Amino acid sequence: MSVESILKVERLTKDYRTAAGPLTVLKEVSFDLVAGASLAIVGPSGSGKTTLLGLCAGLDRASGGTVTLAGSELGALDEDGRARVRNAHVGFVFQNFQLIPTLTALENVLVPLELRGEGGAAVEAEATALLGRVGLGARCDHYPVQLSGGEQQRVALARAFMNRPKILFCDEPTGNLDGDTAAAMVDLVFGLNREKGTTLVLVTHDLDLAKKCGRIIRLRSGAVVSDETLGVGHHGTHERIP
Amino acid sequence: MTFILKMAWRDSRASRKRLLLFSLSVVLGIAALVAIGSFTVNLKQAIDDQAKGLLGADLVVSSRAEFSAPVLEHLAALGGERSRTREFSSMLVFQSANDATRLVQVRAVEANFPFFGDFETAPAEATAALRFGKQVMILEETLLTQFDVKVGDSVKLGQAVFTIVGALKKVPGETAAISTFAPRAFIPFGMLEATGLADRESITRHRMLVKLPAGRDAEIIGREMRARFLGERLEFSTVAERKRNLGAALTNIEGFLNLVGFVALFLGAIGVASAIHVYVRQKINTVAILRCLGASAWQSFAVYVVQGLALGVFGAVLGASLGLGLQLLLPVLLKGMLPFDVNFFISWAAVGRGMGAGLVICFLFTLLPLLAVRRVSPLVALRSAFIERTGAATDPWRLILGAVIIAAVTMFATWQTRSWKIGIGFTVALAIGLGVLVGLAQIVAWASRKFVPRGLPYVVRQGIANLHRPNNRTVLLLLALGLGTFLILTLYLTRTTLLNQIDLVGEGARPNLVFFDIQDDQIDPFTALAAKSGAPLVQSAPIVTMKIASLKGRPLEEIMRDQQRSREPVAVDSAGADQRRAENRRGGPDGNRGEPRISGGMLNREYRSTYRGKITGSERVVAGTFEGKVAPGAAVVPISVEEGFLRTLQIGLGDEIEWDVQGVPMRTKVTSVRAVEWRRLESNFFVVFPEGAIEAAPKTFVAALRTAKSADSARIQREMVAAFPNVSAIDLALILQALDGIFSKVAFVIQFMALFTVLTGVIVLVGAVLNGRYQRVRETVLLRTLGATRRQLVQIQLVEYAILGVLAAVVGGGLSVAGNAAVAHFVFGITPVAPPLLILGAVAIAAAVTMVTGLLTSRGVTDHSPLEILRQET
Repeated sequence: MSVESILKVERLTKDYRTAAGPLTVLKEVSFDLVAGASLAIVGPSGSGKTTLLGLCAGLDRASGGTVTLAGSELGALDEDGRARVRNAHVGFVFQNFQLIPTLTALENVLVPLELRGEGGAAVEAEATALLGRVGLGARCDHYPVQLSGGEQQRVALARAFMNRPKILFCDEPTGNLDGDTAAAMVDLVFGLNREKGTTLVLVTHDLDLAKKCGRIIRLRSGAVVSDETLGVGHHGTHERIP
Repeated sequence: MTFILKMAWRDSRASRKRLLLFSLSVVLGIAALVAIGSFTVNLKQAIDDQAKGLLGADLVVSSRAEFSAPVLEHLAALGGERSRTREFSSMLVFQSANDATRLVQVRAVEANFPFFGDFETAPAEATAALRFGKQVMILEETLLTQFDVKVGDSVKLGQAVFTIVGALKKVPGETAAISTFAPRAFIPFGMLEATGLADRESITRHRMLVKLPAGRDAEIIGREMRARFLGERLEFSTVAERKRNLGAALTNIEGFLNLVGFVALFLGAIGVASAIHVYVRQKINTVAILRCLGASAWQSFAVYVVQGLALGVFGAVLGASLGLGLQLLLPVLLKGMLPFDVNFFISWAAVGRGMGAGLVICFLFTLLPLLAVRRVSPLVALRSAFIERTGAATDPWRLILGAVIIAAVTMFATWQTRSWKIGIGFTVALAIGLGVLVGLAQIVAWASRKFVPRGLPYVVRQGIANLHRPNNRTVLLLLALGLGTFLILTLYLTRTTLLNQIDLVGEGARPNLVFFDIQDDQIDPFTALAAKSGAPLVQSAPIVTMKIASLKGRPLEEIMRDQQRSREPVAVDSAGADQRRAENRRGGPDGNRGEPRISGGMLNREYRSTYRGKITGSERVVAGTFEGKVAPGAAVVPISVEEGFLRTLQIGLGDEIEWDVQGVPMRTKVTSVRAVEWRRLESNFFVVFPEGAIEAAPKTFVAALRTAKSADSARIQREMVAAFPNVSAIDLALILQALDGIFSKVAFVIQFMALFTVLTGVIVLVGAVLNGRYQRVRETVLLRTLGATRRQLVQIQLVEYAILGVLAAVVGGGLSVAGNAAVAHFVFGITPVAPPLLILGAVAIAAAVTMVTGLLTSRGVTDHSPLEILRQET
């Protein structure tokens, strides 16, 4: 099993300027994640979970510290450079699904590879197979508005795996789903994660879901309050932060 | 690239109808440009094809006097063929219509008139009868209808009776509009004597149409003759000159109409920009998702640029198609105003130019809101709060694009008008108009937030609040409707201002009937008969014809020769070329005057001057002292001249003019300058002599009288013409009618073009309201859910549209009053007129159009159940 680091976060800080002065939402967060590991970031609302996820995935710039994702130091890249890293190595699943409403399920899944200039019958067959894997083989031509919440999230999951990502970022993937649908979705996320050998970073309020990961980082007021390694739910190794 | 095209196509699925609606905003502007451009090419082609027909001959020589023997000999020596015509105004008596009379332009023509072009009559054989030389007449078609006479009936001209052989339909190179003031009557040249009008003292134009032998150049012959017969005061027209003049006029008109069309395009482009702004805001989440999935800023931007381009191309294609349809309509609109037939054909170059201009402007305006796409953060996919950070207020590309738009507008206007000055002026005027409207819109939005009394009913407060809330339409609608109202109303007001310049006929004791060509021995019996007929003379004035012999001591021939020399092409590389050019610029070889050239027409013309002891009510002395009497035999006679005359001839108070008073030289000195109110349609003169100087010269009289009713006018004209066949009458009411008719026709064409701006305004309004519908639907649904009735929702919208409509109309109306004042002051130099009723009416119409359009377009929102709309929106 590989012990290669896929995500390395060092003294990561994020400030926002507000009318009342600077607001620090992340304070010197550090951790390292090896390829194939699964990490849950938990904490109450406003603790900085989503900010941390956004910074790890290169969606935003840090105020201090560094993020190294798949060998690329994100702070050294401009927005388009970070976009290239995302397209090459990252998959996303959002709480509110974030499918493009004007594209069909199949077209939504195709987007990451089409962005690279890849297309054609083989890619379409791969996307169709992925949709089949998440149970939506018969819904390829349906638009998001014609799908239920659970189905939309499954399309989002298929899209997330389409570019064969090294790391999958999930932001409350079950937050908008009912209990049964959420459970089915969790099985799919972890199943695919194992199947594809992907690293998983999950932001959630749901501790039961978090416990399915091999490691849990707890945040409070922007700072790490605990970093716990569990004996389940991971198919790789991880290191505790010092 | 494939991804960008694919994504642009797929992403547009749900919005294609909306995008097409946006593109409609520019359709009319492009249609106007294409139609005008292609039609102008048709006109230019027609001028080329029918060039010789524009003049009827290769060369036309004309003169106020009979051609001298040397001139006739010279013309004869040119070879080819010649045809004489003589033109003057006279009264025509319709014997079959109870001896009714009408002033006509008599054209006595020789058998071979014209050499080229169509001389069309109904029946066609009428021209042959005219050439046969019998006592026949071809008469303006409108007169036959007006006086209910037909071919075969008789009319009396002077002392001769003519048989009408045909109705005049077309004369080479003349528009039907020319006949509006005085209809034309063609008679054989040989029958002129019989009328007894041949040798009278009236304005007669002698023309010689020349058909040159092959290989002779009319331009060169004209130049040679002008130099050779300087003292003869001849005028020359050639086909090439006519083509040049028509071409230049056409270019000016094309430029002007294109600018009017361009305003529609500009307004449409603003509408597109505004619509795209809303569209982009709705697409931010999609862009953020794309960015999350790895799309670069450029790729995301390009997806929407492709959509914007497609929108522009669709608008351009639709606009061009509509423009070509419109091109078919233009000849109908311009009927009677063109001196030639126009064949329809599509000028693809003009279509390309119109589409290109439309596409460029539309694209630039589309880019403006699209720039924001580049700055959409992928974080928006995680948190919608980041949407607000996509604002591009500090984006330097916005400034660059703004500068490019200003440059594009200036270049377009310059290209159309061939003048940087006008191009920049147009852009500045447009910027000021836009600035005023946008500024006022912001004041309105601000005021609606600050000064709404709490005591107002809820629906009124809600309607007013819509003026300032996020995504409001205040700026866009005030801009679109205000600009449209401004353009249309300015045209109406300018027309009213111009027509107001001509005082109402019959007002007060002003004369409404003017008789001229009254001979010296006829004035007393004429005065007596007028008094007996119940319309005593209000004023009469003697007219003595004269020509300028010398100005400030320089003989006319010398001035003319100098000016002639300055017109000749300067030899390149000759040693004296530079010196010659400098002399030409100064107006002569002596180079001591440094003045621009004096109009040859003003130097050469025959002046109809008068003499009297005092000034009249339609003039006032602005410089010097008016001298009403001069001692008999004075060496230098003091004269009073009109201020325009003074300027044109570049003379001043105290300067001398020597006149050739029908062969008798007379030295005069300018001792007073008068400002004359020409608009009063009274007998006014450039030059007034004092009593005691020119009474002995051969003279005619002009007499003005006032009749109580229009029926009296016809009777008195009939009686006067019966008693004095050589006398002609002008019914001032008819002149006013004719002026109004011509102005109405010109104004109609301009208003037709301006209508495109108004219709574009309505389309922009519909687009804005539909866009607003997407924005406001949730709020409306919420209100309905909370118990608002349909009636209340309609009332809220009604309040909003009523305020916007009234404000747009008031602002547009205010701007048009200022615009009219500027046009009146700077272009016409007259006092502007702004009838309050006209402005109120326009304001009411603009407000009504806004309310009706707004309510009709919003209908869907209130007609559906909240649940239904919520489903549509998800």
